[in-house]
Amino acid sequence: MTVYYTKEHEWLRVEGNVAVVGITAHAANELGELVFAEARDPGTTVEQGDSVAVVESVKAASDIYAPVTGDVLAFNDVLTDDAALVNRDPEGEGWIVRMTIADAGQLEGLMDKATYTALVG
Amino acid sequence: MNPPLLRTPLYDLHLELGARMVPFAGYDMPVQYSAGVMAEHLHTRAKAGLFDVSHMGQVRLCARSGLLADAARALEALVPADIVSLKPGRQRYALFTTADGGISDDLMVANMGDWLLLVVNAACKDADFAHVRDALGATCDVDMLADRALIAVQGPAAEAALAGLNPRAAGMRFMDVAELELAGVACIVSRSGYTGEDGFEIGMAAGGAVTVARALLAHPDVAPAGLGARDSLRLEAGLCLYGSDIDLTTTPVEAALEWSIQKSRRPGGARAGGYPGAAIVADQLADGTTRRRVGLRAHGRAPVRGGADLFADEAGTQPAGRVTSGAFGPSVGGPVAMGYVAADHATTGTPLFASVRGRLLPVTVTAMPFVAPTFRR
Repeated sequence: MTVYYTKEHEWLRVEGNVAVVGITAHAANELGELVFAEARDPGTTVEQGDSVAVVESVKAASDIYAPVTGDVLAFNDVLTDDAALVNRDPEGEGWIVRMTIADAGQLEGLMDKATYTALVG
Repeated sequence: MNPPLLRTPLYDLHLELGARMVPFAGYDMPVQYSAGVMAEHLHTRAKAGLFDVSHMGQVRLCARSGLLADAARALEALVPADIVSLKPGRQRYALFTTADGGISDDLMVANMGDWLLLVVNAACKDADFAHVRDALGATCDVDMLADRALIAVQGPAAEAALAGLNPRAAGMRFMDVAELELAGVACIVSRSGYTGEDGFEIGMAAGGAVTVARALLAHPDVAPAGLGARDSLRLEAGLCLYGSDIDLTTTPVEAALEWSIQKSRRPGGARAGGYPGAAIVADQLADGTTRRRVGLRAHGRAPVRGGADLFADEAGTQPAGRVTSGAFGPSVGGPVAMGYVAADHATTGTPLFASVRGRLLPVTVTAMPFVAPTFRR
């Protein structure tokens, strides 16, 4: 199971030709307790770097950027009533969207865990 | 290049308490501590939160005659509030108005016996000071009390926390002001705040701030709270943030703040008018305004933030106004906002639609505050 990271603090787990996307523990901690999350509608095509979802704390809304180009498949509906699951388990049950990977070559531009960990200290 | 950020006397204590610091009004201020905005907000409503508000401006206004009445009369040339009848040991909310009826700041005015203490917003304090000095300097001494700190303790446990340091605090009622010694430090204490909770605001010389803050934090129910919680608390309480909900373009009547203009300053009153923009405000008091500040509750869980456009119809073809601040209200358990809407949409219960990320979300005009205040009147 391969997990990639972005400098925008998203993670992407590859499951066949599908990407499961969420935010890192570092990002979840920085944002504080989340009160709301939503994603683009299933079927929407997003380019790498486009906003694919939004998470909101008491204070502010933050965009989640698509780590790769693809089509949105599903939003983690559990987050509709319990966005704080992202804080409790950011890199597991608190995933945010599933999407297709249109160009697997884009994965090569992402970071591995060691590189990301070094980035956030 | 920006000038270096200023630090309050509690800066080192904030770092020790695990604060995340952010620039605010030229100061390096704690936006939250390790507990986080949500927990700090809820703790303030359940027990008590301690806030550093030392960045705010404290101005001393004293008539050269030595008579408080002369300072009060002088200040009434700048604010529509009744200052003359403000009794010693009492505080009142006021607005600095402009010639066209706008608001250049909101402030608290306290009668300290032979002088008036003005507490003004951090971002406006230099302009406010210049404004007061230029307008009143011929008859009054106007001093910026720069080397002072201000600490707010807010929430149901605030009384016990202060009374543990000085029992006289418990005898104060809402908007009382008293000079009290706390932890050996001479303080000016008012029973007031910016959260909708009972609580106190405590001014002292900068050198005593850490002593007082530590003494209050030693109470088991008092925890530090940052600017993040301060904002969500004041929003739930329906209180305006200067620069967002009120500014030079909003009048006291549009802002639904006419309660801060006492009868004596209104048309027919003993000292009617006499402040900048008084004729415009008088007309609006009589005839109403074309827009009005209202509270808004969203139906879903998506927060509606400041800047969101409001519409009367779900298709978004009939503009109705704009949101000026909004957040998720931790105590309400849902999104809360305030904004300006056209007068014909300002009635409580009016359904409107807020534009959020290209979608129109249903909201309802709602009476404020969103949470019941717990002031000890």
